Amino acid sequence: MASLDPKDNPSRPWTLLSPALTAILLLLVIPVCFIAVYSFWLRTATGADVAGFHLDNWAEVLTDSFYRDILLFTLWIAFATTVICALVGYVPAYFIATTQYRHKAFLLLLLMLPFWISYIIRTMSWINILGVSGVVNVALQWVGLTGEPLQMLYNQWTVIVGLVHFLLPFMILNLYVSLYGIDRNLVDAARSLGCTGWQAFREVTLPLSLPGLAAGSLLCFVLAAGTYITPLVLGGPTDAMFANLVFDAIITQLNWPLGSALSLVLLILLGGLVILYNRFVGMSQIAKSFG
Amino acid sequence: MPSGWSLIRLGTVLVYLFMFAPVAVVILLAFNASQFGAFPMEGLSLRWFAALWENDAIVRAFETSLLLGLLTAVISTTLGVLASLAMVRYDFPGKNLIAAALIAPILVPEVVLAVALLLFLGAIGVPKSFPLLLAGHVIFTLPFVILVVQARLVGVKREYEEAAMSLGAGPVETFFQITLPLILPAVLAGALFAFTISFDDITGTLFWKPGGVETVPTQIFAMLRNSISPEINALGAVMIVITVAVPLLGAALARWLSARGRTG
Repeated sequence: MASLDPKDNPSRPWTLLSPALTAILLLLVIPVCFIAVYSFWLRTATGADVAGFHLDNWAEVLTDSFYRDILLFTLWIAFATTVICALVGYVPAYFIATTQYRHKAFLLLLLMLPFWISYIIRTMSWINILGVSGVVNVALQWVGLTGEPLQMLYNQWTVIVGLVHFLLPFMILNLYVSLYGIDRNLVDAARSLGCTGWQAFREVTLPLSLPGLAAGSLLCFVLAAGTYITPLVLGGPTDAMFANLVFDAIITQLNWPLGSALSLVLLILLGGLVILYNRFVGMSQIAKSFG
Repeated sequence: MPSGWSLIRLGTVLVYLFMFAPVAVVILLAFNASQFGAFPMEGLSLRWFAALWENDAIVRAFETSLLLGLLTAVISTTLGVLASLAMVRYDFPGKNLIAAALIAPILVPEVVLAVALLLFLGAIGVPKSFPLLLAGHVIFTLPFVILVVQARLVGVKREYEEAAMSLGAGPVETFFQITLPLILPAVLAGALFAFTISFDDITGTLFWKPGGVETVPTQIFAMLRNSISPEINALGAVMIVITVAVPLLGAALARWLSARGRTG
């Protein structure tokens, strides 16, 4: 008789898993190992690869101040984006989690909507807002606050605005999941014991929402640090981020060993962050937002 | 604390405005009659939508994106449903490691995944091509399908499956007669998720696409290099309608299916 008891068919889960695992092994695990090896090869001036164990790419990536500055700039952008997302995202997350408003489900649905709206469209939409003939400049000139249009686009702050716009829903959703799970009686208990509303928030609600804050922050930071398109669309010529370096090395210069070393730097940094997070918080927190 | 609460409400309204105003402006400007893709508007017109339809590059990009998204959704969902069944219904050694491996593609930065896949498949003789694009899209949509389907499957009692099996159904028959109908909304949601992620992807796609092939996002990106034209706003408006309408239709379909399941 067929059965779900694993003792009767120990191989069945592996049969079910094999297509997905094969794909992950062949399209992710082996390729990452491959570029790890490749990063120790050399690309000569003639364009040929020299196999072997050369530390040249790594020495260049780790010591050249050009790469270091862009790495630091990338981490700064990701950090600023994450902090702004956390501060700005907490308010609506708190509102949706605690409100008695009857269109709450609609507010949540609206929150999911940006996930579906194209990233490139959302990024470029800021040109319509902040550009020389965008909404803000037209409004300012109409009011008469400025005669000449202001140049607000193409600097690191517009990159941050674009990234916050892109990543805010991730933050709000994770915060919401955490805040919604808090037992309201705890806050009421704190209030009945004499806490002010603000004290109750600081002593009870905020600490209990930290898992969601951590999950949202991890997603924001990792996605912001790996971004490629936003600095190209909304940044100036000096606002290149690390992923732009990788693209240039691989696609423009065709220096694949160097590009491999650069991508591994990004992987190690951001992967390290994910591992730390997994150790202290656990991946299940992020999975909750999908439930 | 009424003043505190009204501040929170005001803040929420402002955040929602921040999220949706730029998108609304894209849609508004798509109807701009003026030559230039910006304010002030000079009346309403559909000319830019007509221009899209006559632009071969854009129509081709749409066809590529649709085909890529559909194939990605079908493959990713098949692999994801099978893997979710194994993860939820069975216990086996090394399960935690496998669970981590299955969501690994979202944890690896997309640029790194893009480089690794491009260089490795290049080394074994797969050039930049449609199959490479498809492989890339499948691998980074797979974790989303698995997360969505798993979340639903946990809520389906295994007694139903055991009952079917004790009545003589084989595992395959049980899956199609019992399990699949019960998890169908999640399967559809996972497939939609995979489709829209694929349809929207740009970073990986820029690494993997062969010369001359464009998807809608890479086409928009290429057009942005010149300047922001009204045509881009029109294309943006079409993209917004597609990527918002498809999931809403999907949700309606899922609701209809589950309602039918309850009454029928």
